[in-house]
Amino acid sequence: MSGGIQPDQVRHFQPRAQAALKSSQIRNNFRSAMDGLMAKRQAAFEGWDLEALRDLGASIRLRALSRLPELLETLEANCVRQGIQVHWAETGDEACRIIRDLCRARGARRVIKGKSMVSEEMDLNHFLETEGIEALESDLGEYIVQLAEETPSHIIMPAIHKNTDEISELMHRTTGTDRSRDVAYLTASARQQLRDKFRSADVGISGVNFAVAETGTLCLVENEGNGRMTTTVPPCHIAVTGIEKVIEHLEDVAPLLSLLTRSATGQHITTYVNMISGPRKQAELDGPEEVHLVLVDGGRSAIYQDQELLDTLRCIRCGACMNHCPVYTRVGGHAYGTTYPGPIGKILMPHLMGLEQTRDLPSASSLCGACGEVCPVRIPIPKLLQRLRKESVDGDRMRASVVEGHGVKRRWQEALAWNGFRWLAGHPGRYRLLGWLMSRFRALVPQRVGGWSRYRTVPRPAPQTLHQLMRDRNRRQTHE
Amino acid sequence: MSDARSAILARLRQGRDGQAWSAPESDFAVVAERRWTTEERLAHFEARISSVNAEVIRVSETHWASRLAEVLQQKSLSNLLVAEELPYGSTLREAWQRGWPELLAYDQPIEQWQSQLFNEVNASLTGCRGAIAETGSIILWPTPQEPRLMSLVPPVHVVVLRADQIYDTLHQAMAEQGWAEGGMPTNVVLVSGPSKTADIEQTLAYGVHGPRELVILVLE
Repeated sequence: MSGGIQPDQVRHFQPRAQAALKSSQIRNNFRSAMDGLMAKRQAAFEGWDLEALRDLGASIRLRALSRLPELLETLEANCVRQGIQVHWAETGDEACRIIRDLCRARGARRVIKGKSMVSEEMDLNHFLETEGIEALESDLGEYIVQLAEETPSHIIMPAIHKNTDEISELMHRTTGTDRSRDVAYLTASARQQLRDKFRSADVGISGVNFAVAETGTLCLVENEGNGRMTTTVPPCHIAVTGIEKVIEHLEDVAPLLSLLTRSATGQHITTYVNMISGPRKQAELDGPEEVHLVLVDGGRSAIYQDQELLDTLRCIRCGACMNHCPVYTRVGGHAYGTTYPGPIGKILMPHLMGLEQTRDLPSASSLCGACGEVCPVRIPIPKLLQRLRKESVDGDRMRASVVEGHGVKRRWQEALAWNGFRWLAGHPGRYRLLGWLMSRFRALVPQRVGGWSRYRTVPRPAPQTLHQLMRDRNRRQTHE
Repeated sequence: MSDARSAILARLRQGRDGQAWSAPESDFAVVAERRWTTEERLAHFEARISSVNAEVIRVSETHWASRLAEVLQQKSLSNLLVAEELPYGSTLREAWQRGWPELLAYDQPIEQWQSQLFNEVNASLTGCRGAIAETGSIILWPTPQEPRLMSLVPPVHVVVLRADQIYDTLHQAMAEQGWAEGGMPTNVVLVSGPSKTADIEQTLAYGVHGPRELVILVLE
C-alpha cells in the first residue's frame, strides 16, 4: 500500500483506543454526532419498505460485481466515446503517478479537490505536494482536516472529531479568520477563501459515487456545491475511483441513491446529485475541456478472488455501519489508524494491508451485529469479521488464502489448549473425567486470566457437575 | 491499452471464473411511481423542498414575471442572469419594466467573463426538465443557453417549474424521459435546496459553495 497508511499506526490500535477512551472530548463529540445520525436515518426511512429496498440495493451491487470485468469495459468504451479519457492503475501509487503526469502535461501547479476516500487511500495530496503541486481540499470537513494536518475520522463527516471551538481556533491560527462560535460565520469565511481557489485552480480532482457503465456517467453526491465547482470551473477534471464503484444501468442509480443518502446522513437526497458524462462540447460555454477517469484496483481484484470476502466490495461508502457501531462511537475514527475506520474498515483494511498490520481490527468488535443490520446493501459484516478472525489464527500458514498474514495471531499455547479441549470433549468417558477433575479441583482455577478478566469475573466450576446433579435428582424422585 | 488494464481484467476474470455466481433479480417496485395525482405531487414536492430551506412560490402563468421582479426587489438584488432566447426568457423580456433589476446574459465562454460572473451577478433564472416529488428535487439539464455555472455561482438561484412537470420518483422521471435510451448530456444535476453543510459540529449552515437561496416559481 502507499504511504497514506502508516503500518505502525495501525498496529498500535490498542494504545490509541485506550487514549481515546480517556478523552471525554472525543467521546462526547462522537457520541452526540452518532446519536443524531442514527435518529435521522431512522426518520428518513419512515414509511419505506426498508427491507425490500435493501434487497434491491444488494441485488444491484451483486449483479454489478458478477459482471465486473465486462462492466468496466463497457464503462470505458462509453466514456471514451463521449470524450472522457480512461486510465487504469493497479496500485494507489500508480494512480498517483498517473494523476501527476496528467497535471504536468498541462503545466498545472494548483489542484482543487472534491471529497474522495480513494484519494485518501492513495495519500494523493502528500504525493502531489512532494511533486511541487498544491492540492487543496474544498469540502468544508476535508478543508478543516487539511488545515489541521490530520486525516478524516469519518468517511462522510471528516471533521466530526472536532467541535466548533477547536475549529474556530484552528481557522484563526491557519487562515487568520476571527475567532467565533458562529458556524455560519466560519462557513462564510471558508467560502470566501475557497472561491478564489476554484477560479485559479488548473485541475479539479473528485471522487465518484457510482460509475454507470450503460451511459458512461459519473455520479457524485454532495451538499455544499464544492463538488460541482471542482468538476466545472477548472479546465481539467480528473475523477478517481475504485474499480468496484461501477454499476450496470442508469436505472440502478435511483435505489442506490435512496439508500446512500438516507443511510449516511438521514437525508432523503443530498442537495446536489451531479451526473457527468463528458467534457465541454463545441457549443457549450463552460465545463472542463478535459475529463479523465482513473480506475484504481488497489487490492480490490485480490478480494474478488474469494466468493465470501468479495461481499466487502458491495460497499457504497455510506458510513451507517460506523454510526451504529458501539466500538467506533467510543474510540472514534482515528484510533483505527486506517483510511476506512469502523466496521467496514475492519473488514476492508485487512485485505488491503494484510492481517500482520491489522491484527487487532477484526477483534475490535463486540459482534453485536448492528453493522450488518443497517448495511443498505446487506454486507454480512459480522460474518466477515468472524471469517477474518478465523483466518488470523488458522494454523496452516501455507494454505492458500487471499488475505495476507494468514495465521499471524496463532499462538501454540492457545492452539494446544483448544486441541486438548477437543480431545477431552470428544469422548463421553474423557468428558466425565474432565468434569469430575474440574469440580474436584475448582479452587485451583486462577482468578486472573490476562486481559480477559480485567472487566469480567473468571467463572469457577460448580462443586458438582450437571450430570451429577441430574443423577441425584432422579435418585431422590424414585425414592419419594 | 495499458498493462495495468489487462492485468486487472485478467485477475477479475480469473477470480470469477472459478466461482458459481447467482445475482438475485432486482425488483424495482419499491422505488417505482407512487400513482400520486398532480396536486399530491406538488404538495409532496413543496413540503420536501421547503423543509430544506428552499422557497416555493405558486404563481399563475400570466403573472410570474412581475412576481419574480417583486421577489428580486424584496431581496435587494440588482441584476438577474437569464437566457432570453428560451421561451420563458422572451416572456420575461417582454414583461420586464424599466427600473426592475437588470437582465444579464450568459452569452460568452466562461473564460471571458469569469470574474464578472463570480463577483457581480446577484441572481440567476433557469428552467428545468421537471421535478421529483418524493425527494423534492429539481432536474437541471444544462444547455448552451443555460450553462452549468449559471445555477451554481450566483448567490440566489430561481427556477421556473410548471406544476404538471413533476414526477413521483427519480426512477419514474428517468424512465418516462428516456434518459438512458436518449444518451446523457454533458451534465445533469438534481438540485434539492440551497447549498449547505453540517461539517462543523453537525450545525446546518447555508450557502457554502453554491447558492445561498433557492427559489422555485411553480407555474399553475
